[in-house]
Amino acid sequence: MVNSSPIELALGPCLFNWSAEVLLDFYKRIAEEAPIDRVYVGEVVCGKRMPFTDSVWPDVIEILTGAGKKAVLSTLSQPVNKRERQILLNQAEYDMAIEINDMSMVPACNGRQFTVGPFLNVYNETSLGFLAKRGALTWCPPVELSLDAIQKVTALVPEVEVELFAFGRLPLALSSRCYHARAHGLRKDSCQFICERDPDGMDVATLEGRRFLAANGIQTMSDACHFSGLTSGHLNSIGIRRLRLSPHTTDMVQVSKLYRRYLDGLVDAEEFESLLEEQNLPGPLCNAYLSGEAGWKRTAIPA
Amino acid sequence: MSSSNQKRMELVCPAGTPAALRAAADAGADAIYCGFANETNARNFPGLNFSSEELAKGVSYAHARGAKVLVAINTFAQAGQTCVWEKAVDDAAAAGADAVIAADLAVLDHAASRQPDLRLHLSVQAAANTPEAIRFYAETFGVKRVVLPRVVSVPEIAALNREIGVETEVFVFGGLCVMTEGRCSLSSFATGKSPNLTGVCSPPDHVDYKEDQSGRLQARLGGFTIDSFESGHAAGYPTLCKGQFSALGKSGYLFEDPVSLNAFELLEDLSKAGVTALKIEGRQRGKAYIAGVVRAFRQAVDGLESGIDARSAIAALKSFSEGGQQTAGSYKKTWR
Repeated sequence: MVNSSPIELALGPCLFNWSAEVLLDFYKRIAEEAPIDRVYVGEVVCGKRMPFTDSVWPDVIEILTGAGKKAVLSTLSQPVNKRERQILLNQAEYDMAIEINDMSMVPACNGRQFTVGPFLNVYNETSLGFLAKRGALTWCPPVELSLDAIQKVTALVPEVEVELFAFGRLPLALSSRCYHARAHGLRKDSCQFICERDPDGMDVATLEGRRFLAANGIQTMSDACHFSGLTSGHLNSIGIRRLRLSPHTTDMVQVSKLYRRYLDGLVDAEEFESLLEEQNLPGPLCNAYLSGEAGWKRTAIPA
Repeated sequence: MSSSNQKRMELVCPAGTPAALRAAADAGADAIYCGFANETNARNFPGLNFSSEELAKGVSYAHARGAKVLVAINTFAQAGQTCVWEKAVDDAAAAGADAVIAADLAVLDHAASRQPDLRLHLSVQAAANTPEAIRFYAETFGVKRVVLPRVVSVPEIAALNREIGVETEVFVFGGLCVMTEGRCSLSSFATGKSPNLTGVCSPPDHVDYKEDQSGRLQARLGGFTIDSFESGHAAGYPTLCKGQFSALGKSGYLFEDPVSLNAFELLEDLSKAGVTALKIEGRQRGKAYIAGVVRAFRQAVDGLESGIDARSAIAALKSFSEGGQQTAGSYKKTWR
């Protein structure tokens, strides 16, 4: 039977190097004003950034929880040294919901429930079923996975709820090399945290100046801003329970309100897209991964 | 670890065709890796790879020459089609393969439960670079060897080997992924074809070359210009992570220069770091490449014991490298 309860909204982890002050203000406003049900917190991209924001997360979690939102700790996608590995082991012990983004965390989370983040290579029903037996409760599929494929998986693994990456620059690749540092003539080990200069990522164009990608430290993203324009009915029919909005410097309260209104049927698809485009987006809208095409394209998907 | 108990490192060589497999075996490969002609492996290019019959014959040929055959089934099974990947595992076992190289939980789970006698190697596509991740695959599926992602330096490999109970294999020559293997959707973003799901990065049917107004040749992928070449010069293949882009008002190789990996200089360090096997990339390359590279690295590995200098043999490989340029990649920490 198709679930018809309202589609929830989640705010994904902030993928960029925002300062502790900016993060605190950002989440305060989310707590007070955004129609968002759950918020992923924590540093996911680069362990070197962690010491600057570590102190802010307990306050952020308290503020969000106090506002009735579920806070989920999202974890490093590519742990590379002892310190980062130890952080992951410690986090697995915390008494709060957790999202794992690297297979390193599967044994540490054995016996507890967790979210399978979009950085884990879970592409099929057997892999998700395998993790479900070990505690996976929620799955945010890899961004390149099509709705058709997601539907095949949800049909066979209905016990795991699905959260669709539905707004923001697409996280496309990880590396051991820092491209922000490289572009500035620096190395990762002495990066001067130069990625803080680009709070939505560093624009990368082709040689003719065509917009294409964005660099965010060791991560490469799309230039374009991905969105899902599917109605609640359509999402329910696929087995999607929640949409994940990825933080950007644009007004995320407004963006989340717009998604809420659209999911509640208060604006139609055309109006939703044009209102979304009026926001100060990091790049042009794209959505074609959802239909199994090249991710940069914008295509007409039946709402 | 003292040098006396260091075992001779195994040389693992690529084969995209039966002819390449024979060339690798004849040139002294200890093991040869190959894949089936479908989306179950990460070099799914037209005209490449093996049928079940070709694999069985290849196994016989290699075994007769003392070489093992490892079958790469290292893409991620597509939703609703995991049977295709499971069949590949069963076919590899039936052909007498010595091991399967896999990355997907679904493939590993099938191999471990249905083909318990088949040795399992963890593909580089699984991007397992911590002791915790490697132990998870070893303890859950009985993985015996892990192919390390090219994100680690030599001292880190040594530290890793002290913490895990399985063998490690590292790439030493050939094409170099700049992004972490298995964790890159750049090609699918530009073309719609996911390397993780279809085994093709920068697919040839999405590549075209176009002359711009100034007469320069632009190499494009999915319609995006990836690099630009002077008229009359050889134009490279538009591999996205080795292209030229513009950022911060400058143009250049943002991610990586068009270079290939050559870790010859580090072989002794890798041996001291406890590495079991050395891998050569290039299942898409021809017989001449396979024979030349395998022979040179055979000399180099043997030279670690015998003291025979393999430098001139390795230097002769320069023409096989992309753009003629080589790098030691992430094995040297300064690469980052």
